[in-house]
Amino acid sequence: MSDKKIFLMKDKNIFLIKDKKYIIAGLVFFIALFTFPFWYNSGKAAPGPELKLTDKAKEAKECVMPTAYMRAEHMQLLDIWRQSVVRNSDNIYVNPSGKAFTMSLSNTCLDCHSNKAEFCDKCHDYASVRPYCFDCHIDKPKEIK
Amino acid sequence: MESSSRRRFLTMAGVAVLGIGAKPVLDVLAAGQGEVAGSFKLKKGDGALNAKQWAMVIDTRKVEKASDLEPMISACHKIHNVPQMENKNHEIKWIWEEEYHYAFPTATSRYMNEHAEHIPFLVLCNHCENPPCVRACPTKATFKRESDGIVMMDFHRCIGCRFCMAACPYGARSFNFRDPRPFIKETNKEFPTRMKGVVEKCNYCAERIAVGKLPACVEASNGILTFGDLFDPNSAVRELLKSNFTIRRKQSLGTEPSVYYIV
Repeated sequence: MSDKKIFLMKDKNIFLIKDKKYIIAGLVFFIALFTFPFWYNSGKAAPGPELKLTDKAKEAKECVMPTAYMRAEHMQLLDIWRQSVVRNSDNIYVNPSGKAFTMSLSNTCLDCHSNKAEFCDKCHDYASVRPYCFDCHIDKPKEIK
Repeated sequence: MESSSRRRFLTMAGVAVLGIGAKPVLDVLAAGQGEVAGSFKLKKGDGALNAKQWAMVIDTRKVEKASDLEPMISACHKIHNVPQMENKNHEIKWIWEEEYHYAFPTATSRYMNEHAEHIPFLVLCNHCENPPCVRACPTKATFKRESDGIVMMDFHRCIGCRFCMAACPYGARSFNFRDPRPFIKETNKEFPTRMKGVVEKCNYCAERIAVGKLPACVEASNGILTFGDLFDPNSAVRELLKSNFTIRRKQSLGTEPSVYYIV
């Protein structure tokens, strides 16, 4: 055996003999501490939010796109709308089934979904996202009488 | 060799695990693209007004006093939720009045006709054909709209650097030093407000043009303002420009303002 190998083995032995118990104990403590939030909260996941639709939204049955798409990708849709209205001055959206909508968060989306607290906020709070839409767009374009 | 075959086994097992793990990731990435593209259409509203370059002619011969301009200013500020700030340094304005000497500093003389000397001039964003604010904007939040020549702002994109304010030779831009909402007397719920930290200015009523209406100030102007397509030789503004002598603000700067004043 070369000198280098002997040195390494020696080194290893020192490590195993002298510090084993400290290292194992430290590791166990660290892993326990690190995974604490996971096992402490296991089985206690908050239930998904239940959304309330306004009468107007219920009556319409379907939003500008299918519900699953809207739920997952409404932000991309709004981004397309913003781009189109502001940059290209095209303000009519014709969905795949041929229905036309005016592209406006304030006047189209929030006209049906006039219950921001029970609709928008519920999911946004649950998912812990804080969109700044409502810093500018007024959440109740038309007062419900 | 025994050790090398074990090493080989472990390597292969690792690669296999990687392969199995990568499949769902690849599926997600593949599904994320092109799902809706091509399935919807974007278009202009049927009633929308069209022009290559919107322009305005202001007939100052019809203006006598500040109260003649007041309805236009309040109409604009009301529908666009422009706040009334108490502190002059925080003032937000889209359209306002100015003395001749300040509005046209490059076209003044020592002895001026009394009418021009005394009446207030209506000033607003000039929607320049060659807008310096657009060149200054680092985020393209403000841009010259290809479709109709309006110098538009995308407030979502404005980072509040105020380069555009420094670049604009007409002082047409205002900065929201404070949250403007508490200072809006009557809120128009169909138009958004702005938030703290963005610049704002006149948008030539792009939202009204899109539904076939003339700008709010033009509607309230009692014939003082005329709005139309500058590049259409038969438009109302071109007719006025043909038959009247007009001036523009700081024309020598080469910004090519699209607001013309009949004096």
